[in-house]
Amino acid sequence: MTGNFPILSLITFLPLVGALIIFMIRADEEVAARNARWVALWTTAITFIMSLTIWVGFDKGTADFQFVEKAAWLGNSINYHMGVDGISMLFVILTTFLMPFCILASWESIQKRVKEYMIAFLLLETLMIGVFCSLDLVLFYLFFEAGLIPMFLIIGVWGGARRIYASFKFFLYTLAGSVLMLLAIMALYWQVGTTDIPTLLAADIPAEMQTWLWLAFFASFAVKMPMWPVHTWLPDAHVEAPTAGSVILAGILLKMGGYGFLRFSLPMFPIASDLFAPMVFALSVIAIIYTSLVALVQEDMKKLIAYSSVAHMGFVTMGIFAATTQGVQGGIFQMLSHGWVSGALFLCVGVVYDRMHTRDISAYGGLVKRMPLFAVGFMVFTMANVGLPGTSGFVGEFLTIIGVFQVNTWVAFLAATGVILSACYALYLYRRVVFGELEKDTLKSITDVNRREILTLAPLIAATIYFGVYPLPILDVTAVSVDNLVTNYAAALDAHAAAGSSFPDFAWLNLSR
Amino acid sequence: MDTALAMPDLGPALAEIILAVGAMALLMFGVFRGEGSTRSVNIGAVLLLIVAGVVVLGQPDERVTTFGGAFVMDGFAIVMKCLVLAGSAIAIIMASSFMARENMDRFEFPILIVLATLGMLMMVSANGLIALYMGLELQSLALYVVASFHRDNTRSTEAGLKYFVLGALASGMLLYGSSLIYGFSGTTNFDTLTGVLLVGGVSTGLIFGLVFVLAGLAFKISAVPFHMWTPDVYEGAPTPVTAFFAAAPKIAAMALFMRVMYGAFAPAVDQWQQVVVFISIASMVLGAFAAIGQTNIKRLMAYSSIGHMGFALVGLAAGTAGGVEGVVIYLTIYLIMNAGAFCCILAMRHKEGPVEDISDLAGLSRNQPMLAAAFAVILFSLAGIPPMAGFFAKFYVFLAAIDAGLYALAIIGVLASVVGAFYYLRVIKVMYFDEPAETFAGPLDRELGVVLTLSGLFTLLFILYPQPVLKMAEGAASSLVPTVEAAHVSEEAPAEPHAPAH
Repeated sequence: MTGNFPILSLITFLPLVGALIIFMIRADEEVAARNARWVALWTTAITFIMSLTIWVGFDKGTADFQFVEKAAWLGNSINYHMGVDGISMLFVILTTFLMPFCILASWESIQKRVKEYMIAFLLLETLMIGVFCSLDLVLFYLFFEAGLIPMFLIIGVWGGARRIYASFKFFLYTLAGSVLMLLAIMALYWQVGTTDIPTLLAADIPAEMQTWLWLAFFASFAVKMPMWPVHTWLPDAHVEAPTAGSVILAGILLKMGGYGFLRFSLPMFPIASDLFAPMVFALSVIAIIYTSLVALVQEDMKKLIAYSSVAHMGFVTMGIFAATTQGVQGGIFQMLSHGWVSGALFLCVGVVYDRMHTRDISAYGGLVKRMPLFAVGFMVFTMANVGLPGTSGFVGEFLTIIGVFQVNTWVAFLAATGVILSACYALYLYRRVVFGELEKDTLKSITDVNRREILTLAPLIAATIYFGVYPLPILDVTAVSVDNLVTNYAAALDAHAAAGSSFPDFAWLNLSR
Repeated sequence: MDTALAMPDLGPALAEIILAVGAMALLMFGVFRGEGSTRSVNIGAVLLLIVAGVVVLGQPDERVTTFGGAFVMDGFAIVMKCLVLAGSAIAIIMASSFMARENMDRFEFPILIVLATLGMLMMVSANGLIALYMGLELQSLALYVVASFHRDNTRSTEAGLKYFVLGALASGMLLYGSSLIYGFSGTTNFDTLTGVLLVGGVSTGLIFGLVFVLAGLAFKISAVPFHMWTPDVYEGAPTPVTAFFAAAPKIAAMALFMRVMYGAFAPAVDQWQQVVVFISIASMVLGAFAAIGQTNIKRLMAYSSIGHMGFALVGLAAGTAGGVEGVVIYLTIYLIMNAGAFCCILAMRHKEGPVEDISDLAGLSRNQPMLAAAFAVILFSLAGIPPMAGFFAKFYVFLAAIDAGLYALAIIGVLASVVGAFYYLRVIKVMYFDEPAETFAGPLDRELGVVLTLSGLFTLLFILYPQPVLKMAEGAASSLVPTVEAAHVSEEAPAEPHAPAH
């Protein structure tokens, strides 16, 4: 893939075209809904196939940005700049990969305002891909924030009983974090004179300024991730969102936080990252252990998976801020793997929810008798969630723990206990839902997964097992970029140490000198 | 003082003269034709404003003064006047159907708007304390009358009276401040005043005067703590009048604000900056928090406009060319969003008449999906969520504030915008999440539909082609600010007198 063909813009805005087509549909309710579903499915499928071309054409041998596009936009220094490297490319694929399943999962469960629903989803896809492709901070922020609008509507219009509370909480929490990042972006603009990400990555930012900027970016990404203690919006949003909304939330929106840490915090503010790494470790370990314990006592399936997401994201932040090759690689892998595993778990919940219209764990039991295929699928994803070797969930957790072990054995030790806890809550959930006697009358007539649902879950099972056994295709793509990131990070720290200024660089400490 | 005897150059003030003469002519026409002439007068007034706009656009970009230096015309004035004229013209267009339906379609309305606009143009071009006061009062008096235009309605008359009493108080403060400034500097001319400040420094008396002038101006843009009139007047005045209040007068007053601060008081930037920072923070915070409890959409818009003025002041507080640029961008986008928002509010009517409760919007997304979508786009934009135009408005003012090192202001400002997002979201929630209520009577009036469509499209598509607005703002800023930068660069350099009047 050489030449100037704007493949990234094409992938980014293709869903928007699909949304416009759906918008144009003028027919009575029934027909319009059917057409909207098919248009959405085709659009997302085509977008996925198109996005595979960037994987195929991706040059694994360089850490530079590829498929770069640049055009003038806001004045001279803020441009429309797109491109991907080893860190971001796979997130684009993950997004386009999950979207068709979201559409399929909503095929029957969404019956009211189907047109608007599909438009919101396609719009969301454009914005999510844009986040991972943009190479300009303002552009990034634009996509990052704009994603709130469709998600707010998805939760609020098609959500459950407490949807309004959940949608407001989601919106305002995320917005509050992000606006601080916006100010940091502006400060960076005045410091470096541009918001171009490649330029900023190479820029040398004064140590004390890094501290503040790091904190501002952290405010945004920690909420998005979400890290303990600002994770409370997530269980609410997950529980109330429709199935596909939960899949997108867990699968992709959460990854934006981790991606942000990798793209901005670590390479742009290495000194501050190093300074705050212990804090991140502490928060990560708390997230892993505490939210796992919280997950253990949940009565609502979606809430349980939501808390488990917070715990898994703890591994990611821990790995990223270990700033070792394994840690960062593991963080990326964990995010990708969690993307389809948690997405699949939510789809599984959606399958039974569509039949029984309840998410209470106590309403189920003995499903294996009536739904053997479902039980197999759910099993695979539960095991992947636990991190069983042979599933993709294992690779990420293993690598992040190795990564952090080199930096701090205690953190690694505590994180490892989280693996045990995740086995506890996941298996406990599985036992209560799938095993046991089929006692409840309401469940006596429940049907197994239909063709559409098999079509939705099978590729995810394949991905879980394939990348669990053979993670190389993913690690290969990220390797050079991650190495480059880690090397530069270490070099920046060395240079800072060599310059003689001792840690930490808070202004108030200068008084004592 | 032989210049005073010669005939002043009328060229720079041509647009104002056209408006003044045109308003008289329309008045005559209306009086002779009687009540039935409203429609023609409406059209005439809009045409008059358009002609004035064309004349303004034809003015040269260089700075020229006339009337003994009291009246200035420059690139900044051109941009601000165009915004004001556009705001007024849109207001007349938006009002026509509503006024006819409510039996308020008297020909005086467009004429009063034209007269108010004339005052606003004077404000934008004021280069002396006397011209400032003249423009301000001409504007205000016309506004007091239109506020109580629904004269049989107690709330409307109350609104007008309240506005008048408080406005008179503010004018008094402004005059008192002006007299202090004159007393301590010996001049009413802004250019000479700058020179006096540069040479003699900022004396306590001048600061006193400055603060009083600031208070008067803050009243006109309804910045906290001089905002008390806003919710009541917005609620009581007929809706099209509210739409007008929220747009053009605010822009003119902000232009005047900038002219006084960046022009006359440029050397005193350290003094006025503190005050502006304070009223900016107070406006943003109060606008955000007080709007939360509102159930009436017009009151909500009142607090929203208080908040928006606070955000615009963030750019003003920066005291740099970038700040002016930010404010101009902010006001341009605000004007357009505001027009769209009020189109939606004007569309809110049942068979018995107009309704104003937010809950009346319930389920609008089901009943009138396009109207709801347009309103949602505009509300997201008002909240400052990208990719809508409102985001860029906030982006540029905060960019200027960060550049000027006003970090606390910026942080409080963005957090206030998060609180503000809550109440805009609440309106969207009512439209999208709630069960449908009674549908609105009748289709959207054609002219409202046009204005709303244009406003919505601008808000949505600004992101694709922002350059024209950015260029325009840049031009306006560069024509206003050289004086500020000169003041910063050379503290002791004597003020160079600008081109003497003819």
